[in-house]
Amino acid sequence: MFRAMNGVWGAPIAWVGRSALGTAGGFGQFGRFMARVGRSVADTRTWSAVVVVQMARIGVSSLPIALFIAAFTGIVLALQASYTFTGAVPLYFVGVLVGKTMLLELGPVLIGLALAGRVGANIAAELGTMRVTEQIDALETLAYDPLAYLVVPRIIAGVVMFPLVVAFADATGVVAGWITAINLLDLSTPEFVRGLRLFFLPFDVTYSMIKAGSFGLAVTAIGSFYGFTTRGGAEAVGRSTTQAVVVSSMLILVLDAFWAVTLL
Amino acid sequence: MSILLEGISKAFGSKVVLDRIDLEVREGETVAVIGGSGVGKSVLLKTIVGLLEPDAGRVVVDDQVVTELSREHLYELRRRVGYVFQFAALFDSMTVKDNLAMGLRRIAGMDAEERAHRTEEALRLVEMEGYEGQLPGQLSGGQRKRVGLARAVATRPKYLLYDEPTTGLDPVTTSVIDRLILKMDEELGVTSVVVTHDMTSAYRVADRIAMLYDGRIRFTGTPAEIQAADDPIVRGFVEGRPELMQESTA
Repeated sequence: MFRAMNGVWGAPIAWVGRSALGTAGGFGQFGRFMARVGRSVADTRTWSAVVVVQMARIGVSSLPIALFIAAFTGIVLALQASYTFTGAVPLYFVGVLVGKTMLLELGPVLIGLALAGRVGANIAAELGTMRVTEQIDALETLAYDPLAYLVVPRIIAGVVMFPLVVAFADATGVVAGWITAINLLDLSTPEFVRGLRLFFLPFDVTYSMIKAGSFGLAVTAIGSFYGFTTRGGAEAVGRSTTQAVVVSSMLILVLDAFWAVTLL
Repeated sequence: MSILLEGISKAFGSKVVLDRIDLEVREGETVAVIGGSGVGKSVLLKTIVGLLEPDAGRVVVDDQVVTELSREHLYELRRRVGYVFQFAALFDSMTVKDNLAMGLRRIAGMDAEERAHRTEEALRLVEMEGYEGQLPGQLSGGQRKRVGLARAVATRPKYLLYDEPTTGLDPVTTSVIDRLILKMDEELGVTSVVVTHDMTSAYRVADRIAMLYDGRIRFTGTPAEIQAADDPIVRGFVEGRPELMQESTA
């Protein structure tokens, strides 16, 4: 009987077992990597020399795409709110919906997902290429701690710059929603602002920034991990890049739920 | 001051690459480590500078046991060791000048003027003056190897480790690189280990040659001694006659 069951269920059970072991091993490897990164933070002389460059690359260069996404999100939010509220809810609630949704959810999450693609993929591809072309080994032989030189500045830049980018994106989304409301909907500026202020809490901004900072940490740490641990050639770099984007996007959604449960 | 490997073993999974390797490189000497592709020559070189940790054995460089050093002391030791990579491993986003300055920035108390002087000096040594502003992508394979060598010697190391310095180069460029290796030995008085499978190159640059085969050091001797060796495995490799090696292992 056991032999018959083994024949039917053996392969799926083995697959589940292998997947579970692989996932657990991956967590362990990532944990050890982050512990080493934590130790490398003490090497301030190495990372402080390059952190500003990384802030510009990760933050400033990401602004155009972030503002583009935020502007169109603001427009759509205003139009969909108006469509939903017609006849049942006062139209100034468009301001409530645009403001709250941009700050609490769509600003940080949409920008986080976009930057997981832009920043996370870039980090994984760059570090992966450096690994397979022995540039990381070269750093070691020149007496640099590669984690302090390559990873720490990217993570610091992500944690600092993601909230700034999201702050600009939140503001852009709200402004885009306001422009849409006064031009395409039957709404005046005072009415939109009334709605915007109605349920506004200063904590909403804090919440948005906490989420953005955690997304910055997730995207840069995951991208660095997959890039740094790449083994092989060009195909391995491609695989690391894809994994970095997929895993950091999933982590953003998990963190989104985590912050909603713990902070709201 | 020398490089000493005692009982070095290294395996990747079930594949044993190095099996209880003993090798000494005396001060001022150039030792070529030869062997076929994939026998672990580069692995051996990487254990010397602590890029790979052996599973067993001791590596002693400059009277310090590499395998027992803390990170800080390992970095301190690496400032005295130059490493020339097989494909140069230049930082492709940096100019030639910035590539050379990377190692110099780790030397305490060195100002920008001294760095510029050392960079010029190293580029002159490898006959690459005038290329300071070029990016690695703009250089040929031979030029990249020369810049890689310049980066390794800019810090004025006591030891130089070369990983396949002539692989993929035409005979003329190979000869230029060999001449540069000899020049480094004469002008800088360094102790060198050259990993190669190019026998012409090994005969030109080495005081002694060690052949790695099947995870062990199969032969150690001068270029003249290896050319006179009776061992069919050694003869098969240095003469490029695989049938000798096959007969021996059959």
